[in-house]
Amino acid sequence: MNIFPYISLVLIIPLTVFLVTGIFGKRFQQLSGILGTLGLFAAACISYLCAYQYFFETEKINAVYQTIISFKHTWLQFTVANILPLQGGVPEGRGGLSIDFTIMLDPISVMMLVVITTVSLMVHIYSLGYMHGEERYATYFSFLSLFTFSMLGLVLAGNIFQLYMFWELVGVSSFLLIGYYFDKPSAVAAAKKAFIVTRFADLGFLAGILLLSYYAESLDFQTIILRMTTENSSFITSASSPSFIGASAITWALTLIFIGGAGKSAMFPLHIWLPDAMEGPTPVSALIHAATMVVAGVFLVARLFPVFHNVPVTLEIVSYVGIFSAFFAAVIACTQTDIKRVLAYSTMSQIGYMMFALGVSGFKGNEGEGFSASMFHLFTHAMFKALLFLAAGAVIHYVHSNEMKDMGGLRKKMPVTNAVFLIACLAISGVPPLSGFFSKEEILTAAFNHNIIIYIFGLLTACLTAFYMFRLYLSIFWNKTFESHHHAEHKSEAPFSMLFPLIFLAIATIVVGFIPFTHFISPDGTSIETEFHFNLATIAVSAGLLGIAIALFLYTKQNVRAENISRSLGGIYQSAYKKFYVDEVYLFITKDIIFNLISRPAAWIDKNMVDGLMKLIAGVSEMFSEAIKPIQSGKIADYVMWFFAGVILLSVFAVYIFS
Amino acid sequence: MTEIPYTHILFVSTALFFIGAFGFLTRRNAITMLMAVELMLNSVNINYVVFNKYFYADKLEGFFFSIFIITIAAAEAAVAIAIIINIYRKFKSIDANEIDSLKF
Amino acid sequence: MSQFFFYLIAIMLLVFGVLTVTTRKIFRSAIYLLFTLINVAALFFYLQYEFLAAVQIVVYVGGIVVLILFSLFLTHQVQSELPNYSRGRIIFSALAVFIGFALAFTVIYQNSFPEVKNTNSEITMSAIGTQLLNYGEGGYILPFEAVSVLLLAAMIGAIAIALKTKTND
Repeated sequence: MNIFPYISLVLIIPLTVFLVTGIFGKRFQQLSGILGTLGLFAAACISYLCAYQYFFETEKINAVYQTIISFKHTWLQFTVANILPLQGGVPEGRGGLSIDFTIMLDPISVMMLVVITTVSLMVHIYSLGYMHGEERYATYFSFLSLFTFSMLGLVLAGNIFQLYMFWELVGVSSFLLIGYYFDKPSAVAAAKKAFIVTRFADLGFLAGILLLSYYAESLDFQTIILRMTTENSSFITSASSPSFIGASAITWALTLIFIGGAGKSAMFPLHIWLPDAMEGPTPVSALIHAATMVVAGVFLVARLFPVFHNVPVTLEIVSYVGIFSAFFAAVIACTQTDIKRVLAYSTMSQIGYMMFALGVSGFKGNEGEGFSASMFHLFTHAMFKALLFLAAGAVIHYVHSNEMKDMGGLRKKMPVTNAVFLIACLAISGVPPLSGFFSKEEILTAAFNHNIIIYIFGLLTACLTAFYMFRLYLSIFWNKTFESHHHAEHKSEAPFSMLFPLIFLAIATIVVGFIPFTHFISPDGTSIETEFHFNLATIAVSAGLLGIAIALFLYTKQNVRAENISRSLGGIYQSAYKKFYVDEVYLFITKDIIFNLISRPAAWIDKNMVDGLMKLIAGVSEMFSEAIKPIQSGKIADYVMWFFAGVILLSVFAVYIFS
Repeated sequence: MTEIPYTHILFVSTALFFIGAFGFLTRRNAITMLMAVELMLNSVNINYVVFNKYFYADKLEGFFFSIFIITIAAAEAAVAIAIIINIYRKFKSIDANEIDSLKF
Repeated sequence: MSQFFFYLIAIMLLVFGVLTVTTRKIFRSAIYLLFTLINVAALFFYLQYEFLAAVQIVVYVGGIVVLILFSLFLTHQVQSELPNYSRGRIIFSALAVFIGFALAFTVIYQNSFPEVKNTNSEITMSAIGTQLLNYGEGGYILPFEAVSVLLLAAMIGAIAIALKTKTND
């Protein structure tokens, strides 16, 4: 059976589940969790089937995976497509600007389908146990379904405006889930922060969409890519003439779109919402803020990669923002003590990896290695980072604290969690033969082939990554002996519903590295044969191992070595611990500059001039109406009098003037 | 009979009409306003009769209109008084100036 | 001689009319109205419209004035002095009325009416009856029926309006 025409089911099922559990969930709390999980299980099955058929059964044309349009409905037609006769062999056409609802399948969207449904399914199963006994259990599951729906819609979108709508939906469901514990002020603040920061970035995205669609005269991805990449196309010539501050329109459009992507993917300097977003329930952090939503920015760049590739300036911006974010976040992650925040910064760092991998990638043939590596890392990272978060959730569930100092020595109490956490840490540190090793090695190879500075920083980041991950691991499971105050209430480490996703994801973490990813996903759709660079791999692995060794030296046993080092680093440590004061800078800009210099005068003008004008108008009308109000006294006698006087007046006119 | 000029009778009817109008304007009691209206209706009747009598003696149109006016005046008086009684129940007054809920 | 009667009727008509609208006592006002209406009937009689005069007496004097008196009793207004408007308003009204009267009468006076046809023919009851119930040309059967329905409607309406409703009490 051909699954492609039915692929819209993966959208419909979560949407239905969202509506059903959202509306009827209050009555059937337990049932709604199971319903959500089952719905997602169905969606996952469809996705797997789809991936299998897409990659293994569908015929390739010219050794390229074809893009399949499973569903298309034109919603708003702005201009009618007008196919001109061939102009110098370029079948470009004109017009055709319309907002469609399209379900588009290509290698990266199929891969994302698999990632999202897998992680989401695992998170659903995990949440059955983790959220057990919560008051708004059904609401939680309906939000999860809403998120899954929007994320799947985002990756399947064949129209950039449709993508934008789902993009916003994703933002909303993220907002709802971060603010799930809405009685906690910090959670509410975090939700607002996440929403506002990403909204701010989305403004850039929207402006970018408008610019791009203005020049490409289309909102459809395939059309945009066709028109913007064809050599000598008239679209490119008009879009790439310098326009604003020296840069061409296409550069601006793509940079603005990248700003949107950077906001969602927590790239520097729009990353400030991500650590705070950890206020949400831990499974949510695993799903949204580690595996799926935050990679939407990477996905966006990958989706428009052929266009990006034609504009080297923007691609450089992408790669430098990526590498800077990766390194910056890794430094901060070394100093944080809240385990979820460490993971959040680690996420940011890894997404930086994916970004710069895209940035250093070429387009044709083997040059597209960076692109493939980025997608590969996205895939493997989703698995092991979700695993890390879920395992951290299990730990938090056990000790009822997020802080490292409340943990330590948990390896005896939580053997399974210990094992899977170790696997995930090894994977993220790039130790062979776990999945992280393969993807990271490919990224570093791509960077090495393209830009040596980026490669060096990537390597440094890899070392830091290994260090802070093992610092985290050792602080939780080794270091000191665990003393619990509520020891008696925990007989086992976690219910099976929580352990199963951990084990599943651990297996996935081990296995997925062996998938020959470059065969399936590449910028131009052909399969790439990557060669294994033994030297580079050795360097990368030894960088990881070095980090691990330092962490082992400092944190295996309780001692003062780490404190000594942090004290000797002094200011650097402090500023890293304070996240390099980025939040404070934002606060300064928003509160002291924007608020005082712009908002206050604006408020004054609004209050005194705009409102004053309105008040003046209102006052004048009021005075006037007060003056004429007595005429409408409601007394019949008065009316009669006026009527009579009027009749006589009219008679006088009629008799003497008009006759 | 016709030694009386029709203008004299018309003077009477016109005067009666404006006496009625004056009463309607200066009275505050709803019943007396109704009386003023009756005066005006009567003056109209006189007019009809005069015109019929002096100019179209072979016809009966003016006569019939007077009849119908009287009939309708009776109906009008009945309804008006019913309304006045109802207003009195509601406002405990039939002073036209106190019944000013028309403005709401 | 007959002229004297006419002017007597005319003067009484106007005097009682003025008294109707100016007297301070409401009960007297009603009685003056009665006299005015009788004078109108007398005028009709003088103009040899006997049937109309009879109808005038029966409907107005016997019907409407009695109805008005009843309503005075029902609304406890019999003894009351009528309140008055301010002087300014009265003057304004008088002025307006006077102007109106002057205007109307000037128009009447200057208008050229057709020739007066001297027909002293009396209107016989049979002629009235024939034309009132005639459905041929010049017949008044349709207005007659319409007025009948109107009267019925007015009667029902008056009862419906004047009925005491429980909620309002």
